[in-house]
Amino acid sequence: MLAASYANHRNRILMLRKFAKAELNRLLAHLRSLGFTVLGPKLEDEAIVYGQVDSLADLPRGYSDSQQPGKYRVSQAEHQFYFEFNLGPHSWKQFLFPPRVSLSTAQLDATGWTFETPHQPAPKLAFLGVRACELAAIAVQDRVFLHGPYVDPIYQARREAVLIIAVNCTVAAATCFCTSMLTGPKCQAGFDLALTELDDCFVAEVGSQRGAEILEAITTESATPPEIEQAKVREQGAVEQIQKSMDTTNIRNVLLDNLEHPHWDTVAERCLSCTNCTMVCPTCFCSSVSEVADLSGEHVQRIRQWDSCFNLDFSYTASGTVRNDRRSRFRQWLTHKLASWHDQFDSSGCVGCGRCITWCPVGIDLTEEVAALREPPISNRRLPVIEPPPTICHLPRSPVDPHAAISAEETQ
Amino acid sequence: MSHKPRLAVFKFASCDGCQLQLLSCEDELLSLAESVEIVHFIEASSHVEAGPYDIALVEGSITTAHDRQRIQVVREQSQTLVTIGACATAGGIQALKNWGDRADYVRSVYAQPEYIQTLATSTAIADHVRVDFELRGCPINRFQLLEVLQALVAGRKPRTPTHSVCLDCKRRGTVCIAIARDAACLGPITQAGCGAICPDFQRGCYGCFGPSAQPNCDSLADWYVQDRTTHVQLVPLLRNFNADAEAFKATGDRIDPHSEPGTV
Ligand code: SF4
Ligand code: SF4
Ligand code: SF4
Repeated sequence: MLAASYANHRNRILMLRKFAKAELNRLLAHLRSLGFTVLGPKLEDEAIVYGQVDSLADLPRGYSDSQQPGKYRVSQAEHQFYFEFNLGPHSWKQFLFPPRVSLSTAQLDATGWTFETPHQPAPKLAFLGVRACELAAIAVQDRVFLHGPYVDPIYQARREAVLIIAVNCTVAAATCFCTSMLTGPKCQAGFDLALTELDDCFVAEVGSQRGAEILEAITTESATPPEIEQAKVREQGAVEQIQKSMDTTNIRNVLLDNLEHPHWDTVAERCLSCTNCTMVCPTCFCSSVSEVADLSGEHVQRIRQWDSCFNLDFSYTASGTVRNDRRSRFRQWLTHKLASWHDQFDSSGCVGCGRCITWCPVGIDLTEEVAALREPPISNRRLPVIEPPPTICHLPRSPVDPHAAISAEETQ
Repeated sequence: MSHKPRLAVFKFASCDGCQLQLLSCEDELLSLAESVEIVHFIEASSHVEAGPYDIALVEGSITTAHDRQRIQVVREQSQTLVTIGACATAGGIQALKNWGDRADYVRSVYAQPEYIQTLATSTAIADHVRVDFELRGCPINRFQLLEVLQALVAGRKPRTPTHSVCLDCKRRGTVCIAIARDAACLGPITQAGCGAICPDFQRGCYGCFGPSAQPNCDSLADWYVQDRTTHVQLVPLLRNFNADAEAFKATGDRIDPHSEPGTV
């Protein structure tokens, strides 16, 4: 009945259902019976990460997190909600664009080389607890992997198989700025179901035919006007908690017109070029591909792994390393996320999730960097530094001078 | 190379752990023996052949005048010289003596110090001779060793990443212990290669693989001392297995409270 009414494009409000919290368990069981592996938030290693969720008992009920640049804590709180926390270090990217995959193999035998592209059936995954900014991030990666001239078959197969149960944020971390990036905190599109957690029930918005169908497996009722009102109040709670903002006015040009701004040097003094910000970013899509052979050279695998523009090797070309200092690598990152992404994919590369702020080991905050880059430069001049190529042979050097050492010995 | 490359393994001041990684390539030893001829490997066989060698694997640091001469001979006899491990590439843990008084150490350790002939410092092989490739780690990772040998046999550049341990933590999904537990983890400035084992066991990285490419050790050290550790604790962390690695050494020396009297 639900599914039929969704198909008939009935009023969206009518599609707001509510169900008791325990029904979520039945929903998970139903998804499993359909062959889905349900992935969702779990408490693990002092953080809320994404992993297999088989029942409500696996969810971090009663926990909340606190975040700031370079710091993350999760602790038991004074509530009994299942979803009263914000994003952890994991993103859904790891399931759609896995960190390491084998693309193809090559074998040499007496008849010559045999090349194979292994058929990797996509796992049937259901994501539980996807937040609004994460829906936006998935949409960004869809543009990258699906909507350009080159479709990534691994991403495509996984993406098509996935079912998404989103959750509206009811709290915000100190690092969240989705309101600046217009991606949240309310889930707008890209889900099968979107839940808002109230004291004793979930209000569910149906976002797709499939979402309507799975809801039919459990006991639901129409959400009452007071419940709908309460859901709105809870959702507004997240909006009001957001403290961070980023001024995106004309941001593409502001950054690209200031490539020699002295602030790039200032931030390069702090940046470790460690790659963490790009790894935790739900939209960063870079990888490197290498052929890995065994000792005989007759069995070769082509491996794709997550990579990052913060790596020195990432811009290594026949004529040398293009981005040979931290300044140029940090600049690449920030200008790609916020400026050239617009040219490339017609959207921002940042959804305001704040992960890069929390998980930067030295607490670099891109919203502050953007604000600093908007300030008029004090001096716009920077002399080019030509660095010698890295070399292994580092003799001689001080203060450890082997010659000094022997003379000390001889005088003994 | 038309013949099988002749491989030799040489030991200087070290614990033998890196050579043992070669022996622990159990599954690959047979195919290794098909690709190279191991002609000098005292850890494995007392049969040794004279040079020249196509590939020399050198373990250990230079701590004696005799070794300082011997490495010149090894260099002359070897087409390609690969240093393996933290001792050979950065002086090893024994490079801690570079900050101490040699005579003092010798007196306190040995009953008859007059028999001990040692240099005042422990230094990397590359401080003495040209090195063609450095393989990091304490100990080295045997898969990286096989990669280097495979590359040398195939005549290509070895592929050993120079990026931070963090990248490997993230690829394996490990929660960052520097962020979630305030650990003073050296991962962000340490070269990958170990597979990011320690953070997965909630232990901060010790820096076994030495500094990553263009590391920013000063920034990390200054950040860590704000709330989770002290200079007194951080200095020995930087002066560990790779004590004499330039980047670790520079930051360790800069923040060493003992380097400026009265600041402890
Ligand atoms: S901005 Fe932070 S997380 Fe990103 S590379 Fe620099 S130090 Fe690492
Ligand atoms: S750049 Fe930072 S805030 Fe923006 S989407 Fe990536 S991780 Fe989130
Ligand atoms: S910011 Fe760097 S790692 Fe991320 S998508 Fe752009 S180039 Fe790739």
